Amino acid sequence: MAVTYTSREQIEVYRFSLPVAILVPLLAVFLQAFIPHIVPAFSSYFDLPLLVTIFFAMARRNPVTGLLTGAAIGLAQDALGSHPIGVYGIAKTFVGFGASSLGVKLDVESVGTRLLVTTAFYVIHEVLYFLIARGMVRLDMHWSWPHELGAAVANAVLGVFLFALMDRLKQRA
Amino acid sequence: MGRYRNVTILAAAIFFQILGLAIQIRRPAVGEDTSSNSRLIRLWAVSVVAPLEKGIVRVQTSASGVWHNYFYLRGVRQENRDLKDQIEQLRLEQVRLKQDAEQAHRLQALLGFKEQFIGETKAAQVIGSSGSEHSRLIYIDKGSDDGLKTEMPVMTPDGVVGKVLNVIDGSTSQVLLINDQQSGVGAIIEQSRLQGVLKGRASGELVIDKIMADEEVKPGDRILTSGGDRIFPKGLPVGTVAKIAKGTDFIQLTVKPAAMLNHLEEVLIITKRVEHEAPATTRASTRAAEILAQRLPQVPDKPVTPPVPGAATPKPGVPLGTTPNAAGKPTVPSAPSASAGTPAATAPNTGAASAPSAPAAKTTNNTVPGTVPAVKKPAVEAGLPTGPGLTASPQPKPVVSPTTPTKLATSPAATPSTKPAIVSKPATPDKNSQDAPQ
Repeated sequence: MAVTYTSREQIEVYRFSLPVAILVPLLAVFLQAFIPHIVPAFSSYFDLPLLVTIFFAMARRNPVTGLLTGAAIGLAQDALGSHPIGVYGIAKTFVGFGASSLGVKLDVESVGTRLLVTTAFYVIHEVLYFLIARGMVRLDMHWSWPHELGAAVANAVLGVFLFALMDRLKQRA
Repeated sequence: MGRYRNVTILAAAIFFQILGLAIQIRRPAVGEDTSSNSRLIRLWAVSVVAPLEKGIVRVQTSASGVWHNYFYLRGVRQENRDLKDQIEQLRLEQVRLKQDAEQAHRLQALLGFKEQFIGETKAAQVIGSSGSEHSRLIYIDKGSDDGLKTEMPVMTPDGVVGKVLNVIDGSTSQVLLINDQQSGVGAIIEQSRLQGVLKGRASGELVIDKIMADEEVKPGDRILTSGGDRIFPKGLPVGTVAKIAKGTDFIQLTVKPAAMLNHLEEVLIITKRVEHEAPATTRASTRAAEILAQRLPQVPDKPVTPPVPGAATPKPGVPLGTTPNAAGKPTVPSAPSASAGTPAATAPNTGAASAPSAPAAKTTNNTVPGTVPAVKKPAVEAGLPTGPGLTASPQPKPVVSPTTPTKLATSPAATPSTKPAIVSKPATPDKNSQDAPQ
């Protein structure tokens, strides 16, 4: 018997309708590209596609679905940039897999858990991106712990509100 | 197998993405055009996102236009007055700059420089960005339908922005900003004329490195495009030196961009560049030396004496440092300067202090195809500043044609102290040139 930190009642598996599963990640990618046009600093601190990846992965609690969702969103994000396609894809694939695997073990409905999980996955995502971009693509990367930690907390706070909003789109499986 | 299913799928997903990365970052073959290999997935993603962005930007622009043009007109009258004052000041400055430009054209013509002009630009609206701080690019609402091609320079009136990286479709293009780490711009420091490559950093900073530590650069120095990258025309503003980091051998300059790269709304794409040699037979061509002469100390005005016909209009092909007399034979000027006959490009102070025997206002034009008239229109007519000491010197000017090779020759009638002068042969001999001494 698997030991989890949640009661059996809390391990709910959710699914999403097809329009939601397509449009919400698309909207996140779109907003991530569009908002910096109005608020230039947005892209330095926030990663909406990552938040959507974490949310979908944790709600579905299926590692395969999670990693595929992460890969799709990451590749779409890569496609809008100028760097080789796959850097965000790989990083978000890991995050999707990790978040969905964690979703099975933890009660990811509470605000505190969501804050911590999002903070941790943001840092993991950035570390992965840094390693891939530097090690495989030979990009000149800049790493700043204060910036990354600040951005992680900012994303976690935004994630709490965003997850609450997206909870309405969940359907009990 | 079922136990490791998830991990296997994860490994497969990662493997295929790494494979994809490896294919993309392979070294391009010689002669392969890497700019046109826009990935299909990139095309799809942009095709989905760009129409949404365009729609929102259009609605936003329309709403903003209605608000600012019809409702929010506070302070417009005052602004109008200020702008009128500004126009007056700019007009004055324009007169000065025009003279400088004409002088530059003259010197470029003398040296056979190729000039580059911005022939045509297209205005475009910024509709989005990459959404990542690691990839600094923007999307614009102009594409192949508007004649955009990859590598075209993009700028704002403030300065250089970047270059077209990909033309996605008929109405969308990607622009790589100069502060992206994949960018590189040939740059020159305006004051010291030091050249270097301006690169973007991962942090979004613009830097020029590999500048020798003993070079003199100071914060605030302006950086312009050097034209060396064959993308950006020479002389466009890029930014100013913000910080200087000194190393043992080299210094690194951090540059503050002239264009607001974080707040771009409209940009201009240079779709056509005109490149040609500066014509030597332009009106401005003979004024450059005059302008240079005027900037040096002058002797006080002398009474104007009517010119001897033909005395102040040297014939084509007449060696410099001489003026033809009535018989058409060259004679040495009565008061040649130390550098008489030296080309203006190399000795701008030619004859500046020499006493003019006839003011420029009394000289006439004598243009021969393929040559530049030695003395041209009066300063007043030519739009030059006049006043005490500003009468153009009738010092013989270099007669140079860009179509014919120039050679150094010693004036036949020159005294031993007279320096060699530049003489040119007309491209096609005509009857006027027969009088010219060989």
